[in-house]
Amino acid sequence: MASKVIHALYIDDDILMDAVKKVRAEHYHIEEVYTPFPVHGLDKAMGLPHTRLAITAFMYGCVGLTVAITMMNYIMIEDWPQDIGGKPSFSYLENMPAFVPIMFELTVFFAAHLMVITFYMRSKLWPFKKAENPDVRTTDDHFLMEVNASNHDVEQLTNFLGDTGAVEIKIIDKEEDNH
Amino acid sequence: MIVGLVGLVIGFSQRPGSIEEVKEMMASHDAHGGGHGDSQIKENHGGDEGHGESANEKDAHGGDAHYEHVLHQLQNKPWASLYVAAFFFFMIALGVLAFYAIQFASQSGWSPVLFRVMEAITAYLVPGGIILFVILALSGFHINHLFVWADPEVVAHDALLQGKASWLNGTWFIIRAAFFLGGWILYRHFAVKYSRLQDEDTTGNKWYKKSFKISAAFLVFFIYTESMMSWDWIMSFDPHWFSTLFGWYVFASLFVSGITTIALVTIYLKSKGYLEFVNNSHIHDLAKFMFGISIFWTYLWFSQFMLIWYSNIPEEVTYFITRIEDYKLPFFGMLIMNFIFPLLVLMNSDFKRVNWFVVMAGIIILCGHYIDVFNMIMPATVGKSWFIGISEISAVLLFLGLFLFVVFRALTKAPLLAKGNPYLEESKHFHY
Repeated sequence: MASKVIHALYIDDDILMDAVKKVRAEHYHIEEVYTPFPVHGLDKAMGLPHTRLAITAFMYGCVGLTVAITMMNYIMIEDWPQDIGGKPSFSYLENMPAFVPIMFELTVFFAAHLMVITFYMRSKLWPFKKAENPDVRTTDDHFLMEVNASNHDVEQLTNFLGDTGAVEIKIIDKEEDNH
Repeated sequence: MIVGLVGLVIGFSQRPGSIEEVKEMMASHDAHGGGHGDSQIKENHGGDEGHGESANEKDAHGGDAHYEHVLHQLQNKPWASLYVAAFFFFMIALGVLAFYAIQFASQSGWSPVLFRVMEAITAYLVPGGIILFVILALSGFHINHLFVWADPEVVAHDALLQGKASWLNGTWFIIRAAFFLGGWILYRHFAVKYSRLQDEDTTGNKWYKKSFKISAAFLVFFIYTESMMSWDWIMSFDPHWFSTLFGWYVFASLFVSGITTIALVTIYLKSKGYLEFVNNSHIHDLAKFMFGISIFWTYLWFSQFMLIWYSNIPEEVTYFITRIEDYKLPFFGMLIMNFIFPLLVLMNSDFKRVNWFVVMAGIIILCGHYIDVFNMIMPATVGKSWFIGISEISAVLLFLGLFLFVVFRALTKAPLLAKGNPYLEESKHFHY
């Protein structure tokens, strides 16, 4: 289904922040904002929910710790409890200090890597992915706000966006939603 | 001023409770020290062989020698509990002082609104330091039996202690203690003075720059003296044992206790409405420090423990063997209090902004670090005869009362906002 969006370009992040607030106050739907760098507070102004990446990282860390404990308990204590240099391999607890470095490292390893992979998957990033950039200038010095215009009076919306400080406004017909 | 007055009343209401406790403590002390003192002196002069053992060594004592060993431990108990509490509260003030100097040296933009709280906590450095110095002097000259190396009888029978006698002897020990304390108190004095002068100096940052310079110099001085202080005041309880990591370990312990105390005092004053410029981002930052330094402490604890456990060299490992055999609960309990608990409680970013979470974690951390000091000192002084009883608790209450009294009285001495600080505006609007 073809949908109509308006691309409003800004050249300053402060103006962009104000514009985002005004657009939200008028209850227009912001599809996306493209910026060349992280704009502090933009997610709050857009009303985006908090990320839950930290929570996934904690759970991945727990998985890593479990993997480390199970692995070493099986190898060092249950499968072949050799006497290696007098270390007490009678139970896991007795020999635990020697395992702590591995437990720590695997916890960090799992937490870090799985969280990064989660981030890639959630934000749909991979090599050879086609870039979804509506305007090359947004990677350099322009800020672009994409507003859904399907159910609104385009003329009025364009004027409104012009008043918020946009330096350039384009009306785009999209064949299909790219996200 | 009003803050301080309220604080003063609170400080005073804490005091009577603790003074009664002091009497109680002294009574219990007399029961131990007085009752056994005479027999101790006689036996001492009897030149008994069993006396030559250092307190932390486990030896099969037979008959009188065993009783003498236990007797020493029991005599040490109130002294050691006094010492643990005195050192614990002193180290809080010292940790805060180090933190304060770091805030200056790193030109932090978030903390200036907390400077007056930190300055007030470090006010305890002077009375606490004097008390500690007196206790150290008494011990260094063998009025009590806290330090085995201070006992000439012991040293005469102990080749290891003779080898260390050029460092561990009463006079030199006291000179060093005076030097450390003098340097710390001197820095504290000038830092506070410059901070007050900066309040009045509206045109320039002359005093601020001076504070910056002395803070940087102090930090260099501090890290050397703190390290030596830990050898002198704590490690020398076990004079047969040594660890290179020890200074850092003690530092981590005092640093995290100090930061926790800043957080607790700040939250308290804020709840009474005296720190309207402190927002929950400041609390969040302090809680992050509590969390991070707790983990740093655990890292050092484990590094020290694991290296010694792993190599299992007899002369080093006795330190941990006595602690694990005789102090199982405090030794591993403090790991839970100082590591697992803050790790799980303070990990969540939202919880670090919730006052009661921070207070609860802070209290546990402080108790945990009291037990940490307890674990460092008690095994060498009272050995198996440890117990957290009346003398330990009342010593803590005594110094807690004194600490609160001094700190809250110091809070009355200056406005709670260091208004001359060039980073103050940034700090007031600090937001994370």
